[in-house]
Amino acid sequence: MKFTKNEPAIDESLRASLSKKGVVLTSLDFLYNWGRRSSVWPMQFGLACCAIEMIAAACARYDIARFGAELFRASPRQADLMIISGTVTKKMAPQVVRLYNQMAEPKYVIAMGACAISGGPFIDGYNVLRGIDRFIPVDVHLPGCPPRPEALLHGLMELQRKIASQEIQKVAWYQKGLKREFPIPELGPHGLIPKFNPDVWQPPKANARKEHYGQPILTGKKQKAPDLEAVAAAPAAGAAS
Amino acid sequence: MINTKSLEGSQMLEINFGPQHPSTHGVFRMNVFLEGEKICALKPVMGYLHRNHELIAENLPYAAVMAYTDRLDYFNSMANNFGYALAVEKLADIEAPERAAYLRVIMAELARIVNHLMLIGFLLNDLGAFFTPVLYAFREREKILDIFEEVSGSRMMCNYFRFGGVKRDVSAETLAAIKKIVAGFPAFLEEFEALLTENEILCMRCQNVGVLPADLAVNAGITGPVLRASGVNYDLRKVDAYGLYDRFDFKVPLGKKGDVYDRYYVRVLEMRESLKILEQALAKIPQGDILNKKALPFLKAPRNFKPAVGEAYGRIESPKGELGYYLVSDGTPQPWRYHVRAPSLINLTVLEDMCVGQKVADAIIILGSIDIVLGETDR
Ligand code: SF4
Repeated sequence: MKFTKNEPAIDESLRASLSKKGVVLTSLDFLYNWGRRSSVWPMQFGLACCAIEMIAAACARYDIARFGAELFRASPRQADLMIISGTVTKKMAPQVVRLYNQMAEPKYVIAMGACAISGGPFIDGYNVLRGIDRFIPVDVHLPGCPPRPEALLHGLMELQRKIASQEIQKVAWYQKGLKREFPIPELGPHGLIPKFNPDVWQPPKANARKEHYGQPILTGKKQKAPDLEAVAAAPAAGAAS
Repeated sequence: MINTKSLEGSQMLEINFGPQHPSTHGVFRMNVFLEGEKICALKPVMGYLHRNHELIAENLPYAAVMAYTDRLDYFNSMANNFGYALAVEKLADIEAPERAAYLRVIMAELARIVNHLMLIGFLLNDLGAFFTPVLYAFREREKILDIFEEVSGSRMMCNYFRFGGVKRDVSAETLAAIKKIVAGFPAFLEEFEALLTENEILCMRCQNVGVLPADLAVNAGITGPVLRASGVNYDLRKVDAYGLYDRFDFKVPLGKKGDVYDRYYVRVLEMRESLKILEQALAKIPQGDILNKKALPFLKAPRNFKPAVGEAYGRIESPKGELGYYLVSDGTPQPWRYHVRAPSLINLTVLEDMCVGQKVADAIIILGSIDIVLGETDR
């Protein structure tokens, strides 16, 4: 993805000569974004296996603190970034959306791992949401099962580039009448109601998955339970006769 | 969500922990009923990570399920693989060759060390030693994960075991690297223990908290370190002697009281015993095949693997307790029934008994000392 750099359009030599005299010139956008992107506070919120790699990224070897994002906050009110680290089940999806709604603007989302993007290995499960982007907007998709901690750092750097490209006059959270609260789905008897949020996500063409992956491998239809008692009795009968 | 109900004149407070709570080890939720600070009832709510493991597995060839078992207990995928491989091997009557069996024991014990390290780190996190013990634990964990990555290609989701053997042979350099870790680990444990084991704060917070009497533990079907901390000598490595565990000389550490402190200390001692097993295994590992000849054709064509009609139950002593896999085959490439006996789920059943009468802050460390992982609890 291409991002604008948002660097101040001031003559380099003028800036250099001024900075010698103790005057620093920069654009407000640059300063504002520099501050925001260097202190992204993620929410301490683990869903499944990927959360362990998220913790590993915060530990000594990978050290997410180098990017200013080491302060994991347990409360959504204090967090800028939600890392959705793991499988979002249908039972958990309402809570995830509610947590997102509770975060203060500006807020960002990283969908970490195949499960958060699309359901991943568990896509065929009846209780697994096929991608959290059906309900909330996702800024960075991070593939992998689980993504390595380096991948999470890369995702964070991409997010920082995105933050750097935002302009203070155009950003959504300074506009009038902003409403970035998303309807919280409900867990009904047949899955979530509604199934997705049409403002955020539109279903793909009906056979997109088939086009992409080809014909699914059909597993054999199962008809009848095996007769275990007969099997257990068989060797005994053989021994008797 | 806070509710107040009046109960026999007193005020009872219902507090909801989770599913998003930093100390519930994932998406676990519990409703705690309090009187003042005392817990009078506790209801666990599960299912926030129910990923249909069993249903998906029943529609897949046996070999493909191995990758899903990794995601059950994601702290130690090697141990999960071990149990599943044992179950299928029983079903199809295949045996792992000697070298593979040694490699299995080595990997399973390394996984046990990783698991106990992380457990202790998180337990102390819950106690209030925020993140520092975790940093120590993860430093050592990364060293072991390097080994896993080298042998299997993945840090966490190893998928290393195959029916009748293991996926890849291990080079002499890797074995030397494991030896180096094993040789250096006691020094780390000394450091860890010097900081923790006799630490006054840890003792005061953990001793006589969350006592689990031995008879209750046995009746509830508790297994693993939680059971052994209550003083019951039951370790499947000794009882079943699956794999090659009858060839190694190791002790089963037992607790006396069954409180949180015992559960912590039993795990420290278990890590030491695992090191002993590793030393012996690394000294004795022979050369040879890593896969049974019978299992070779199924590597390329997993759909041809059709065990005869029958059932099998394979169980191992996973770091969390007895991990069992029950399989029923109907002669097709997919299992007819597949069930996981998850130790975390069953160990969780005594949570209420341990917590009632304690202070609310203790509920967190009692939960931490049981060592649950939600991938396995909810499946
Ligand atoms: S993407 Fe893989 S590692 Fe991550 S939560 Fe899903 S199954 Fe677990």
